[in-house]
Amino acid sequence: MPGDEYLEGIFYVQGRDFVDAGIVSSEIKKKLKEKDIPESIIRKAAVVTFEAEINIISYAEQGTIQYYIESDSVTIEAKDVGKGIEDIELALQEGYSTADDSIRELGFGAGMGLANIKRFSDEFEISSVPGEGTFLKSTIYLNGK
Amino acid sequence: MTLEAIVEQLGLKCKCCWEKLKTEVDGGYAGDLLSDVMANSSGGDVWVTRQVHQNIVAVASLKEHAGIVIVQGASPDKDTLEKAQMEGIPIIVSDLSEFEVVGKIYHLMHYA
Repeated sequence: MPGDEYLEGIFYVQGRDFVDAGIVSSEIKKKLKEKDIPESIIRKAAVVTFEAEINIISYAEQGTIQYYIESDSVTIEAKDVGKGIEDIELALQEGYSTADDSIRELGFGAGMGLANIKRFSDEFEISSVPGEGTFLKSTIYLNGK
Repeated sequence: MTLEAIVEQLGLKCKCCWEKLKTEVDGGYAGDLLSDVMANSSGGDVWVTRQVHQNIVAVASLKEHAGIVIVQGASPDKDTLEKAQMEGIPIIVSDLSEFEVVGKIYHLMHYA
């Protein structure tokens, strides 16, 4: 059944590579458009993937972003190897950031990334092991909540 | 209103993608924090910013902005212009401050 199709794409993200920041998000956005995912869903997915991509670039050594399309949802998963997050509750608070000046000079590191991912997700999960890495999963429902 | 009308009436300079200046502008957003712009701007907006590096093109492209206006006499990086050319995002520059540019565009769009 076409509605139950399950598709997957996996993209590699290199830490500190601000030059290529946004490439993975654009690629996923393009794929979602090709699959006729509604515009409003693509807009949310674009914010989620961009923030996840920037987080890997800013804070991790490397990571992957993958996405799934199901009949009723789009799911984005970001997994990285890096320093991880010590206090997730704190990291989720808007305005809290551990970014250094080089990140802030680019207009990132304002402590909005994770808050944005949560805000634009219908379901949101995050877990992290300090010193190892972080995993996050965002699901966006195709028909709203 | 088109981007071209804004460029002409405010005497701005277009640095890239003249062919896209006929794009219709639906609204605007001002900001230098990229996450703020990602979360709160809309497609069809003209985005006014002081940032000049190439990540602004990624944001504008993902959000489908009509174009970017860089303020305060700042020059876009070479990489920014190259990327903008590839993505077809007009880059416009102004010597005025962000406050003045936003005020003038807002006035043009709503009261002129």
